[in-house]
Amino acid sequence: MTATTTPLDQALLYPSPLKEFWQAFAHNKGAVAGMLFMVLLVFCALFAPWLAPFDPSEQFREFMLTPPAWLEGGQWQFLLGTDELGRDLLSRLIHGARLSLLIGLASVVLSLLPGILLGLIAGFFPRLLGPSIMRLMDIMLALPSLLLAVAIVAILGPGLINTIFAIAIVSLPSYVRLTRAAVLGELNRDYVTAARLAGASLPRLMLVTVLPNCMAPLIVQATLSFSSAILDAAALGFLGLGVQPPTPEWGTMLASARDYIERAWWVVTLPGLTILLSVLAINLMGDGLRDALDPKLKNAV
Amino acid sequence: MLSFIARRLGLLIPTFFGVTLLTFALIRMIPGDPVEVMMGERRVDPVMHAEAMERLGLNKPLYAQYLDYIGQLAQGDLGQSLRTRESVWSEFLTLFPATVELALAALLFAGSLGLIAGVVAALKRGSLFDHGVMGISLAGYSMPIFWWGLLLIMFFSVWLGWTPVSGRIDLLYDIQPVTGFMLIDSLLSGEEGAFVDALRHLILPAIVLGTIPLAVIARMTRSAMLEVLREDYVRTARAKGLSPARVVFVHGLRNALIPVLTVFGLQVGALLAGAVLTETIFSWPGIGKWLIESIGARDYPVVQNGILLIACLVILVNFVVDILYGLANPRIRHQR
Repeated sequence: MTATTTPLDQALLYPSPLKEFWQAFAHNKGAVAGMLFMVLLVFCALFAPWLAPFDPSEQFREFMLTPPAWLEGGQWQFLLGTDELGRDLLSRLIHGARLSLLIGLASVVLSLLPGILLGLIAGFFPRLLGPSIMRLMDIMLALPSLLLAVAIVAILGPGLINTIFAIAIVSLPSYVRLTRAAVLGELNRDYVTAARLAGASLPRLMLVTVLPNCMAPLIVQATLSFSSAILDAAALGFLGLGVQPPTPEWGTMLASARDYIERAWWVVTLPGLTILLSVLAINLMGDGLRDALDPKLKNAV
Repeated sequence: MLSFIARRLGLLIPTFFGVTLLTFALIRMIPGDPVEVMMGERRVDPVMHAEAMERLGLNKPLYAQYLDYIGQLAQGDLGQSLRTRESVWSEFLTLFPATVELALAALLFAGSLGLIAGVVAALKRGSLFDHGVMGISLAGYSMPIFWWGLLLIMFFSVWLGWTPVSGRIDLLYDIQPVTGFMLIDSLLSGEEGAFVDALRHLILPAIVLGTIPLAVIARMTRSAMLEVLREDYVRTARAKGLSPARVVFVHGLRNALIPVLTVFGLQVGALLAGAVLTETIFSWPGIGKWLIESIGARDYPVVQNGILLIACLVILVNFVVDILYGLANPRIRHQR
């Protein structure tokens, strides 16, 4: 009589990479909380026109600086109160989510792609091209990122597109450096030599063989620069160099709120709180991603 | 050591020229006619326009214009402000001490509090205090400091009335600038209450500017401390029966300070960027506010060379930090 051995559940022995990643990510409670807030934010951004009770630029002249609904003098139709022109704050914040996420996403894509390309080139050509690219990046790093962004916007002029450009240029060096470092680490591996011997062309070697193995730190960096893009865009808006009023950008809203600091705390507090929570959520998520994707980086700042 | 310094200096020079190339290019990327931009006027008379082109050297080829620019810089000529007709260099010199004073106060705040919080959090790893410090520092790291400044003004200045809203000192006091540092000048002036007033003006901006460095330093100190406390020599020191304070501060902290020092240096660039925002919020008359106002007024000579000066400052500070780092850690000095 032969004992029937129950077949081992292969799925438990070798969890799929996605499942393994999720288990590591879900272990970090802060990261999950951050992700939930981000989901909410993305939802608000996608469905802003349907979610927001009012048009963000509609002015209710008879309700200027109405406090939030739960306070004395508040109106239930303006849940978070109104600003100095009688515009509904909640609607403006919801529409602002659109703008901030757009700026973040666009600037990350605009710097990630050229950054990866330059980093690959710098890694694959360590003789001449590599050092010159890296020197250029060092020069860009000589200026603090916000100052470089300010300088670029000062020249190109304020506005949404230029804000995106400025932030994309500013975050370029970190992608180039990371990609190059990762490429240099992979180049001497056996699988790369094997691919070379098999006659893989240079573009194939770069993009198909090496690049996928360099993605983990890049994904983490992309998350982190997404949050600093939102922060820098808000700072530019606050300085009057970013997205211009009456567009409901969070930083721009704060700039005009300064004059009402003595009378209307909600106009000052709420846009900034939204910025803080969004940036915090993304940073928490970035921490979780880093731990899940790249344990080596765990103690790096 | 000398060859180490020489090697670092060698790296400095191409970076400096790169930055001049950047500021040279910046001013030429402004859309519109360069003469109108430089003179700050529209529709300049054609004869004057040609004259200006000649005088400013704008009709020369680009490389010659760049050489002219470098030549001017070499002679210490940073151009003239369009608004005040004063030289950019002298404006920078008058405003710079204000920024240094603010940045030093911010670093003092961030450094002292960050070191203490980081060390205690590392010693009480996993405790409520540890989690609190890490949570607060994560929030501090994500903080939009321009909003943080407004909140503090609203709370401490408007509601409680403890601190003034803006500026470096009350207009009542007539302080002669001797060193440019208001705290020192107000002491020198001998006017009663001036020093305390200057201090009260400084507190909020310093806290705002120091917030992000504080978060970074606290985190870094904690993780460096945790690393060091695991080392054999700390166990040896404990086994010898040294007092816990001596083990932590002399054997532990001293070695944990090396990575913290680097972070300190890296924060200087961030401090200058933060100063732009902090000075704007608190109307602090430093170089950050100067730069933003010049951008608003399209005062391009100031924008161009102000950015150059700030970049040189950051490069220089990073250089000094590099050298200090080499002094503190021989392993860095000898690696190529």
